[in-house]
Amino acid sequence: MPRFLKEYFNRNGLGLGSVMLGLVLFWTVGLIILPQLSMLDFSFRPNLPPPEIGGPKDLYTLENYKYLVFGPEGGSQSYNAVDLRVFYRTLIAAVFVTIFNLILCYPIAYYLAQTKGNHIRVLALMLIIPYWINEILRAFALRIIFGESGVLNNVLVGMGVFDTPFDFIRNDIALYAGLGYAYILLMIFPIYNVIESLDRNQIEAARDMGASWPRIHWRVVIPYAKPGISSGCTMVFMLSAGALAAPQILGGPSSLWFTQLIYQQFNDNSDWPQGAAYAVVLLVTCILLVLALMRLFKVNMGDIGK
Amino acid sequence: MKNFSLIRISIWVYLALFFSYLLGPLVIMSVTAFNSPGFPRAAPWECLTFEWFSALFQDQRILNGIKNSILVGLGTVTLSVSMGLAGALMLTQIWPKLRATYYTIIIAPILIPGVVIGISTLVFWDRVNRMFGLEADSFLSNGLFLTIIGQSTFIASYCMLVLVARLQRYDNSLTEAALDLGATHAQTFRKVLLPFMRPAIASAAVLAFLASFENYNTTTFTFGEYPTLTIELAQKVRYGITPAISALAFIIVVLTVFAALANEANIRRKELVTAARKSATVEELESGKIRLPGFLSSNTAAVVLVVVAMMTIAVVGTAAVYSPAQCIADVREQKRLETDLKVQELRQRRAEDAARRAAEQGEQEPAAETAPKPSNNSGFGGVFAPGALQDGGPEEPKEGPVKPANNSGFGSVFDPNALQSN
Repeated sequence: MPRFLKEYFNRNGLGLGSVMLGLVLFWTVGLIILPQLSMLDFSFRPNLPPPEIGGPKDLYTLENYKYLVFGPEGGSQSYNAVDLRVFYRTLIAAVFVTIFNLILCYPIAYYLAQTKGNHIRVLALMLIIPYWINEILRAFALRIIFGESGVLNNVLVGMGVFDTPFDFIRNDIALYAGLGYAYILLMIFPIYNVIESLDRNQIEAARDMGASWPRIHWRVVIPYAKPGISSGCTMVFMLSAGALAAPQILGGPSSLWFTQLIYQQFNDNSDWPQGAAYAVVLLVTCILLVLALMRLFKVNMGDIGK
Repeated sequence: MKNFSLIRISIWVYLALFFSYLLGPLVIMSVTAFNSPGFPRAAPWECLTFEWFSALFQDQRILNGIKNSILVGLGTVTLSVSMGLAGALMLTQIWPKLRATYYTIIIAPILIPGVVIGISTLVFWDRVNRMFGLEADSFLSNGLFLTIIGQSTFIASYCMLVLVARLQRYDNSLTEAALDLGATHAQTFRKVLLPFMRPAIASAAVLAFLASFENYNTTTFTFGEYPTLTIELAQKVRYGITPAISALAFIIVVLTVFAALANEANIRRKELVTAARKSATVEELESGKIRLPGFLSSNTAAVVLVVVAMMTIAVVGTAAVYSPAQCIADVREQKRLETDLKVQELRQRRAEDAARRAAEQGEQEPAAETAPKPSNNSGFGGVFAPGALQDGGPEEPKEGPVKPANNSGFGSVFDPNALQSN
């Protein structure tokens, strides 16, 4: 037995040590690493009926990735314009949702973190309550509001802003509002945690030196809150790029989210390898984007999830 | 000073806007649960009704979904809390060089899109299943098993984060002391470490259950024969929405508010008790005659909790005796009248068009001039023109079905003939 294992069992006891080790191995290897590798492997295989899997036809192929870029073989277009546009749109929209959320949540997080008083507890409670409500129900609530005969249209038409009801759903406004809505807490919380530990004297000092409010935020608060901001942005970006419920419920009939394409490949076309390939593309692109941004803003992985 | 108050006002306006964005949808959704139209809407308000709640409780799919959700939730809580605890303990003693890699691996599931986790779980266990040569309906491809496994993958990471935060405050010499005193490792774990970790384990379990209960992205790929509540809800919402869903949402909102208030009241109570103990004199403490603050005194959360509870009881009581049948009948009558009016208007417009067409034709062919006359009549008499009723007279023999509509269109709700004529 290697020395570190012996030490480990000495420290934890044989029974307890093996239970712990077993659980950790099951989680990391059996639930995290192997399934991801298996999905990667699967995405390089042709779509075969179950009896032929593992048979002579089961060879590695790039077909599924080619499909995303070039479309079906012998198709009329040279690129798979539909799917690529959906992919591109999803990423851009997720970036905008993230920026919107950051702008929306930063003042709130700052206010909550730097103000003392009993009403802060009430506000925090009001922040957390919506987060306990089912994601589907939250999307449903927004659909009631943004629908053709919904509250918002009633109000706007009543006020004379529009003559006829505006179709928020077809114009994707409902979708963006819904995605922003769903992840507010995930943006506020990390920023709040960091700003709460900021010494108020620093702000006072900056103010005494004559810095204006925007300048204090730009030069003192934001640099200090950078880990929280990047952690919140990462989570919101990943979750909105990977969101499925909100686009299904709030998306217009013509607009698709990339996850919906994956869902269709799995459930409607039963083309698992194709769906797996799309999922790999989504995962890898998101990770690369996040890593690039973290490099750009000089933040570490360890700051995430704090 | 003026500048200062301007900032204050803008802060409050911003807070109000923000929280109306956050809470407004939930409030409006809750209101729609009590409105009678079949499509969830808050305005126009028609009748106060509780029928959507009974519709909800008669929905077998929803009830079945709740049952499955609880099963999945229990499994996920057990698996993810134990994996999270093991993962957290391992993090404190792993070889330092491996630590960063290990941390990245166990934190990654939080960032991996739920869809990807669902797919990879499905694909991987399908392959394991085939490797063992099992049938397609074996335990390993069972929806319940797959969902628990898939959800635990990332929920365990949440649990791990919660548990690590508490574990960092654990004094390792406690374990060593217990071992020195002759306890076995298992005993030390059970009697020293677990009691210390209990609050964190409780909050991790609650968090895990909630996360499991509301998960959609992963579950939608793995549920198989066991659709959870969220899956059923999503299917309902996607293919036609009814206020019964609002009713369910309302119940969840109320439960959430209750839980939050109860938690808040409990925390405040503990604070008050601690404060009372601190300010008490030694004699008071020794004689056990310390006056503890009452449950409701200077505890806003508790007061609100009691008020909300009373309101709930009142609403449930009203629901038991209240019957909206009369109001619904009235509204239906009102609507029928409106529809009749619209139908009549449409007919008249059509007649008008026909007349115009006929007139145009008539100009070209004077022979056909006889036909348009009566319809011309109704075409120019608007619905609201008082002459329309009298003009309707000569039309009668030609356009039989218009007559009753005419009648009810102008006759008020209180006209007893209106009902009969239809």
